[in-house]
Parts: sequence; C-alpha cells; structure tokens
Amino acid sequence: MRSILLAILFPLGLLLGLAGPAFAAPHDRTLRIGLREDPDILDPTLSGSYVGRIVFAGMCDKLFDYDTKLNIVPQLATGYTYKDPTHLILHLRKGVLFQDGEKFDAAAVKYTLTRDLTMPRSLRKGQINDIESINVIDPLTVELVLKAPNSALLAQLAGRPGIMLAPEVAAKEGKDFGLHPVCAGPFRFVSRIPQQKIVLEKFKRYWNAKAIHFDKVEYIPIVNSAVRLANLQAGALDMVVYIVPTDVPAVEKDPKLRIVTDTSLGYNGITFNVGNGPESKSPIGSSADLRRAFELAIDRTALVHVVYNGLFAPVAQANPPSSQFYVPSVVPPKRDIAAAKKLVAASGVKPPIPVTLLVPNSPDLLQAAQVIQAMVQPAGFDLKIRAMEFASALGAARSGDFQAFLIGWSGRADADGNMYSFLHSGFGFNYGHYSNPKVDALLDAARRAPTVAARKAVYAKVWAIERQDMPILYLWSLKNIVGMKKDLLGFRQVPDGIIRLQGMHFAR
Amino acid sequence: MQGPIGARLVQLLPTILLVSLIVFALQQLMPGDPAVLLAGESAGDPHVIAQIRDQLLLNRPLWYQYLHWLFGVLHGNLGYSWRLSSPVSALIAQKLPVTLQLSLMAFFFAVVIGVPAGVVSAVKRDTAWDWLANAVGLFGLSIPNFWLGIVLILLVSVDLGWLPPSGYVPLAQDPLRSLQTTIMPAFVLGNAIAAVLMRHTRSAMLTALQQDYVRTARAKGLAERTVVLRHALRNALIPVVTLGGLQLGLLLSGAVLTEQVFDIPGIGKLVVDAVFNRDYPVIQGVVLVSGLLYVLINLATDVLYAVINPRLRGG
Repeated sequence: MRSILLAILFPLGLLLGLAGPAFAAPHDRTLRIGLREDPDILDPTLSGSYVGRIVFAGMCDKLFDYDTKLNIVPQLATGYTYKDPTHLILHLRKGVLFQDGEKFDAAAVKYTLTRDLTMPRSLRKGQINDIESINVIDPLTVELVLKAPNSALLAQLAGRPGIMLAPEVAAKEGKDFGLHPVCAGPFRFVSRIPQQKIVLEKFKRYWNAKAIHFDKVEYIPIVNSAVRLANLQAGALDMVVYIVPTDVPAVEKDPKLRIVTDTSLGYNGITFNVGNGPESKSPIGSSADLRRAFELAIDRTALVHVVYNGLFAPVAQANPPSSQFYVPSVVPPKRDIAAAKKLVAASGVKPPIPVTLLVPNSPDLLQAAQVIQAMVQPAGFDLKIRAMEFASALGAARSGDFQAFLIGWSGRADADGNMYSFLHSGFGFNYGHYSNPKVDALLDAARRAPTVAARKAVYAKVWAIERQDMPILYLWSLKNIVGMKKDLLGFRQVPDGIIRLQGMHFAR
Repeated sequence: MQGPIGARLVQLLPTILLVSLIVFALQQLMPGDPAVLLAGESAGDPHVIAQIRDQLLLNRPLWYQYLHWLFGVLHGNLGYSWRLSSPVSALIAQKLPVTLQLSLMAFFFAVVIGVPAGVVSAVKRDTAWDWLANAVGLFGLSIPNFWLGIVLILLVSVDLGWLPPSGYVPLAQDPLRSLQTTIMPAFVLGNAIAAVLMRHTRSAMLTALQQDYVRTARAKGLAERTVVLRHALRNALIPVVTLGGLQLGLLLSGAVLTEQVFDIPGIGKLVVDAVFNRDYPVIQGVVLVSGLLYVLINLATDVLYAVINPRLRGG
C-alpha cells in the first residue's frame, strides 16, 4: 500500500516542483497577450468582433491608421488627394509584400475593396457602400469614385475595410480565408485553436520590419477577468488588454507590473424606448421631460466613482473628450433633485413613475444599475432592474421589449461611427426607434460636410436636439486599461484600444 | 446476443432523431438573434443583418432549416460554425479529447482522495481521523467549483507560482506541461466526486467490517491491514465501483464550469461559448454527438451486464 501511495505522490511532487519555472513566459522574444474574449473569424471582410481588430493589428496593415491623437496617418497608403469631393486618389507604399510573397499594389486594393463590397455576408459593405467604382491608375495609385461625398470614408479605410488581403490566397480560399489569413502586416498567421490560442510569427519581409522586436506573438483569450489578471500576475502573460477598474490597485501594487491607462472611444449610456412597439408607450418613453428629469437625478461622477473607482469620465455625448468631434459645450448637468421633481410635476405623471431598466448581466453594469436605481428614487422614479444575458438583452432591445436599456459602444474615432446608426431613424443601434427628421437630415449633412470644423458644427446642432429629446442618456466614457510587465516597453496607447506591436519590445 | 444488440442499435436512431429535434426546438426558444451577434460591431446596419439572415437560412421556415441540417448530418456533415467558419466535426474532434483527459484525471483524484479517506474514516471511526475525513467530505460537497478554482489559482499560481493559472497544452505535444495545466482543474473537478466516494466507501466499509468473514479473518490471526484491505475493502468496493462509474459520466457534464474557470478549451467551453454566441450548428453538433455517446455508453453497459451476469442473457 505504501509503495502504491509513493508511486502516486512522487510524480505529483515532481510535477509541482518542476512546474514553477516551466509555466512562466519564457525569456524569448514571444509576446503573450491576454484578450477578454475569443475573436470571431479572422477574415477582415466577415469579422464583427472588437477583439478581432486587436489580432488583425498584429497580422494585417491597413491603408491608413490612427496615431495616439487620433489623426489619420499613412500605413499601406502613403497619402491621399481629393480630385473633387467624389474622386479620392490613394497613393500606395512601394515595396510592400503580402506574407505569401505577393506584391501589394493598386490591383490588390481594388481586389480587397471589391471583395468587401460584393462578398456574401460581408460586414464591410455598409461601411464603404458609397464607393461606386475603383480604378487602377498605375501600380501605386488607385482612384475611388464615390456615389456622393462622404467625409467618413477615410476613417473607414483606417478601420477594417482598410485591411488589405493577399488577392491570390483570398481568391483561392473564398469563405475559408479566415481560417488561414494572409495580409501585409508585421506577423504572419501560424495557427489557431479556437478558445485557446492564436499564434503569429514575425514576417521577415515586412515593409517596416525594423519596428518589430518580437519573433512570435500569442493571443490568449481568457474571459474571466480575475483569471486574466492572475495570469498576468503569475507571469504567464506579458500583457492584458483590459484590466477591470476594480483590479487596477492590485496591478499597481505588484512591483513586476504596470498599468497604462488612457481615454477610450467607448461609452455607456441608457437608450430609452421612444418608438419601438408597445413598451414605448411607458411614461418615460412618452415624455422627454421625464427623461430629462431622470438625467437630473443621476450624479454621474459619484456613479463612476462607486462602480469604476473614478477611472471613467462622465459624459453627455457619444464622442469622448479626446475626439476632434467632441463638443465642449455639451456637458453633463449636476445632480439636481429639485429641478428633476419640477420636470416630473410638469409631465403630469404621478410618482412613483415605474421604469424598467434592461441590463446585460455583467457585474459592473448591474452595480451601476443599482446605483442609478438609488439615485433616481428621490426624484419619483421606481426603477426596476431586469438583468439578462448579453445576447438575450440585445434581442429584447431590438424587438422593443424594453423601456430603458443600459448598454455600451466600443466607439469609433470618427463621429459618424458613434452617432449615425444610433440616432438616425431606421438603423440597427437605434434600439428605441428614435425618429426626428431634423436629426436625420443633420446626420446626413455631416457626412457630406467637407471639413472637420464644418462637421463638428453640424454635430453640435444634433446634440442640441438630442439633449432635448434625450433618446439616449450618455453616462460615462470608458478608459483603455492595459496591464503589462514592467519590462515590456514601447507601448503606444491609441484611444481605439487596439494594440499596435510596432515599436514594442522587452527590456530583457 | 447479436439479436438484442441489433434491436437496440435500431432503437438508437429514433432516440437520436428525437434529441436533435428537441435541441433544435429549444434553440428557437432562446432569445437573441444569431445574425445580430455575428454582425457584432456592424449590427447597426440593417442591410448587414438582412444579408446574414439570408445567408444562414434564418429567413426560411423552421422545418426547412431543420431538414437542411439533418440532410447534412445524414451525409456526414455536421455543418460549419457560424462564428468561426470551422467545420463543427473538426471542432468537436479537437475539444473532446481535452474534456476526456480532464475528466479522467479528475476521476483519478476522486478515487485517490475519496476511497482512502472513506477507509480511514470507517476504520478509525469516532476518532480525530474520522472527523477529519468527514470534514474533507463536507468541504468537497459544499464548496462550489468556480470558487475553489479561483482560490486555487490565486494561491497555487499567483502566490506560490507552482502551476500555470489557466490554459491547456495537449498531452501529445508536451506531457509534463499538459499535466501541469490540467492538474489543478482536475483536482477541482474531482473534489466533489471524492466527497461522494468517501461517504459511500465509509458506509460500505462500516457494514463490511461488521461481517462474519471479517471476524473470521481476524480470528485467523491475520494482520489488521490485511483484514481491512484484502477482506473488508474488496467487498466494500463493489457498490463504490458502481457509483464511481456513474460519477464518471457526470464528470463529463460537470467539466463545463471548471473549463470556464480555468479556460480549458474542452467540449464544455465550446458549447457554452456557442450558446452565448447563438452558434446553432455548434450547439446542435455537440448535443448530437454527446447524445450519441450517451446512448452508446448505455448500450455498452447493458451489454456488459449481460456478459457479467449470464442470467441477463437471452433478451
């Protein structure tokens, strides 16, 4: 019996003894990045997930990119000129190769954009639908002919539609391209085991190879934030893309780790059902006065302090303060219960006013909902919280089965991506079916306005109306909170939260 | 013998068909639109949603969708994951061995902890050893997997740095690292089963130790260790082994939560993610294969009974 026990325990002890040095990230040039979820298909034409964009940044360069100030900067394109508002000329970088050895040129741009516009199930089509035709002028020049002027198009080319694909591979693989994608980025795809790991290795003939200092990159999806953090603390990850605000002190205390925090493009807010089915007939759905009273009852600063350790910023618009489209005059009002009560009285609805708040069942959002519940009660609102799994909550919102919906958006650098689909009638993120012809006309006009200043002036008019109608109550803008080992250097944080590997390196 | 087995195999077909039909119907009751989830950040564009629904046949009548899937299955095609575009059969083939490894290791822990604890508890009845074993049993039954998992990760991985906090390495790729990644989740998963085995072993041992053959063995002058292990435990283990077999089946389903906590990419995590993402082909494929395995195991058990006990032969 004793020998049996020893036979069992000895290997276990050996295993434990050997384990320590074996699991920590090896001192090679492999970067291990922890993601908050597993990306969907790795085909830029078909991909819809936010984390997918983080992996694409390692594999696939785009025509344009953003710098840390959200300026659009060249990447695979070296520049652009507008011949007139509907003719955009793109000048392409010379000497760029795709990871299969194909040359990157104007024909590749035409192929990729045509694929985005025509492939069944393409998620890019709506983003670049204003492109009428694509003309190859010469190998390094391409002309995009637009159906109508579109100021947001360049921003789209700095996003997923701007990712260029190796034409021969994409044509051969068709819908299976995402299983082994080939682009013109710094790392080439090696393997993927869904829910476990995506492995990339350095593409030696990358056009900007001198900026790359890793041999391999591994993206490891870990959904549970506590386990993600534990992996960083234990040394199994070099970098974690999102640390939840309540875990920030734990990382700050760890001498081996550091936190990099910067503004994000994302926000959270409450969408009211003002026109989507019978639930829109609720008191708060029917009365803008009540929605404004609801807002006046909320202290956004206290809310983010309690739930997010004060890391997030209170806002009253969709564009974050870091955006060039941010309108400084649109700021959250101070909590004013007396004013809120007056508005309630003016609405003619007798308190307590029942409001049901639909909330995806993540712990932080549920906590935020509970704080809001307590805050609006003195103003006469009887807030009930209806927690639902995320997909079910989205389903309920789209079908109009809600009165108010606490939901977030990852955000876009261009204001159009944060406003059009949310406030324009007939679009999918406009869950409450808000419809105001003036807002629709202004949002359309902003797309055609030629300069940022002109667009911003139009958006300011949108916010003036939105603040009155209040179909969406914007609450707080998010922060990108990245945790990493102290010896990981050269990280530049861009507000879109995407990890750019160029320039990053280990001190060791 | 072949006749009854053949008959049982024929009976499998309607069972599996019924399972697939029920799963298909339940999926339709789940709120949430797969097209919206697939569109992700592009769901703001109604044309995108319409196009996806069209591509995935979600606009077709339910009977058409079901028969379309069934037609594929009958031709050996479980379909493609909507989210990953990978064949469902390949995903299952990739994930099933992971869950099997985890479950077998958990079963090993359950037996190694549960049976000796039960024996000690019975032999040292009403002593500190008995109380300790009972406390261990109570602990195993009361502590939720996800809590124990997180605590162990913080203690063993973060504070002590002994084992990887999560993840998985295939056994064939690197056996040592594979064991390192699965030892902690296997312990967590096996913990509750160990408690059940401990309680049953204790009870069976207490009964066995009062039997005449044990008294006879002692009267023959055999060493106490021989009496306990060779005579009492052997007989006490019969119901324990039956129970252990049943628990092994439960381990496969219990792995779902443990796989989530430790990010083990097994079949449980596959199906949970598929449910959250409304990836219908994956859900249907996993349930179909699990159902098939389950009924085959049942059939094998029945056959085994007949092999072991001749009185059950002959239908």
